[in-house]
Amino acid sequence: MAKVLMKGNEAIGAAAIKAGCKFFFGYPITPQNELPEFMSRELPKIDGVFVQAESEVAAINMIYGAAGAGARTMTSSSSPGMALKQEGISYIAGAELPCVIVNISRGGPGLGGIQPSQADYFQSTRGGGNGDYRHLVYAPSTLQEAVDLTIEAFDIADYYRNPVIVLGDGMIGQMMEPVEFNEPKKRDLPAKDWATTGTEDKRRPNIINSLALDPAELEKHNIKLDNKYKAMEENEVRYEMYKTEGAELIFVAYGTTARIVKNAVDALEAEGIKAGLIRPITLWPFPNKAFNEIPTAKALVSVEMSMGQMIDDVKIANNGKLPVHFYGRTGGMIPTPEAIVEKAKEILGGGK
Amino acid sequence: MSTIFERTDGLTDKQFHYCPGCTHGVIHRLVGEVLVELGVLGKAVGVAPVGCSVLAYDYFNCDMHEAAHGRAPAVATGIKRVLPDNVVFTYQGDGDLASIGTAEIIHAAHRGEKFTTIFVNNAIYGMTGGQMAPTTLIGQKATTAPYGRDAATTGMPLRMSEMLATIDGAVFVERVTVHNVAGIRKAKKAIKKAFEVQIAGLGFGIVEILSTCPTNWGITPVESLKWLEENMLPYYPLGNFRTPEEGK
Ligand SMILES: Cc1ncc(C[n+]2csc(CCOP(=O)(O)OP(=O)(O)O)c2C)c(N)n1
Ligand code: SF4
Repeated sequence: MAKVLMKGNEAIGAAAIKAGCKFFFGYPITPQNELPEFMSRELPKIDGVFVQAESEVAAINMIYGAAGAGARTMTSSSSPGMALKQEGISYIAGAELPCVIVNISRGGPGLGGIQPSQADYFQSTRGGGNGDYRHLVYAPSTLQEAVDLTIEAFDIADYYRNPVIVLGDGMIGQMMEPVEFNEPKKRDLPAKDWATTGTEDKRRPNIINSLALDPAELEKHNIKLDNKYKAMEENEVRYEMYKTEGAELIFVAYGTTARIVKNAVDALEAEGIKAGLIRPITLWPFPNKAFNEIPTAKALVSVEMSMGQMIDDVKIANNGKLPVHFYGRTGGMIPTPEAIVEKAKEILGGGK
Repeated sequence: MSTIFERTDGLTDKQFHYCPGCTHGVIHRLVGEVLVELGVLGKAVGVAPVGCSVLAYDYFNCDMHEAAHGRAPAVATGIKRVLPDNVVFTYQGDGDLASIGTAEIIHAAHRGEKFTTIFVNNAIYGMTGGQMAPTTLIGQKATTAPYGRDAATTGMPLRMSEMLATIDGAVFVERVTVHNVAGIRKAKKAIKKAFEVQIAGLGFGIVEILSTCPTNWGITPVESLKWLEENMLPYYPLGNFRTPEEGK
């Protein structure tokens, strides 16, 4: 298929439609508005449904209903809106329903700003909702990757019966790049025989539910969910190793930041300094094993568009072996390759 | 031997957990009967949010979907948009619908979503133990209004049917009661009409049903029927607020 030049938000929408998503529920918020706008334009053409909900709370609960009815369904938002969606995400995870949720994140806390940010790492990977639950978080670094991961997210969601988050910073939503829409790797997906589509007087009623008042029953459910999460950790971890072979300094960065770090790695290489990058593609499950593949590393540095959130996972993965440094810009400020190169030299210079 | 009364197929065999004298059970039965009489039980998907009726998914003999507190109209919107040929209903309490879920019910009505809402108004938060609801009457005691509800600090009880009837998308709005036999008969008629409106694709329909909560009102089941009649009926007038024009 030929490549087309698209804006990130629209490319993600087109990817969802390519994946068979015909039901979109959302609420306006910058910098993701082009995504619901695209869906409101395109879905009616294919007999799909676009609903502008009264709030993000309502939108995610519409997703809960649509997913329960067996549909491939998606919602999108940005950081403050994602905060409101947490209630629904917790219910969807508890009731084991598939759906895809896109967060084109911006700076915070509170209303924050509308420029790109990675300050929703904790919210995305720790679960902003209540209870013992997990969900995959994909962090694309290019629009092509955003398209590929969005398409695949629907299969993964169906496969595990679990919500999947696609987390792009504002840059991913707003920039334009050529993309193509490819078929994902085929997975055997289970039939949705649990969906509430009406019994047609042919089967016992299906119940979509997250309530379990009996503690023994709830514990059993929690253990079942945990086994599913363990399978995701086993099978769904993704990351990229960039010039890590022989590297003394290893950057860890995701999304747009990872693109900037690659430039910094190249610039350092030109100066004869051996640096590399671990780029998590799944933020949860975090690519812990990547940290076993860097035998020459002397130090780690987490680079983020936040005051330091992923660094906690870097420290867990590192397990005390190497010193862990941090470099971040936040509030919508974008790190420059030059500043990252400076930081690298400071660390390697043994300043600390 | 002729049968004069039997279970409805609209309900399962599961025994209700409702308190003695609670009219949730009567309302369940009416909804179950209507679904059977309209021949739509096999197409029905019910949404039960948090409240004493949160376990309704065990009682209605059709596909059921749980919802978070107040969110049933949003969940029902999602279901109905995916399954436009199914019959979708929500079953909500007054704390649920008139407090935490006001945005969801108003906008489902506003969009004219084609589902039916059964709104059980017992003027109290039942499940959590008798706290004040937006529908609690002035002077009525609640665990969070121990001196009786005071209009000066808590406002006047919300009349949801009257409010919803101002919304064009809400094509059927009626308030009924189940505290006596005549009321129960009328309630069933209204519930049936609300479902017929949905089946005809005319828009959103809601039946507000005045209901008892002897446990949290702190009176006996018999007294609670009387209390409803003497206190709720004057403030919450029964009747139809909106119905689709004939032939439409
Ligand atoms: C988000 C959230 N807040 C609060 C609760 C606690 N809660 C459960 S039921 C309920 C009120 C139920 O009252 P009502 O809707 O009137 O139904 P009833 O129990 O009287 O039938 C509350 C506040 C909850 N489950 N979820
Ligand atoms: S607490 Fe009230 S509403 Fe709930 S079951 Fe008991 S009587 Fe009914």
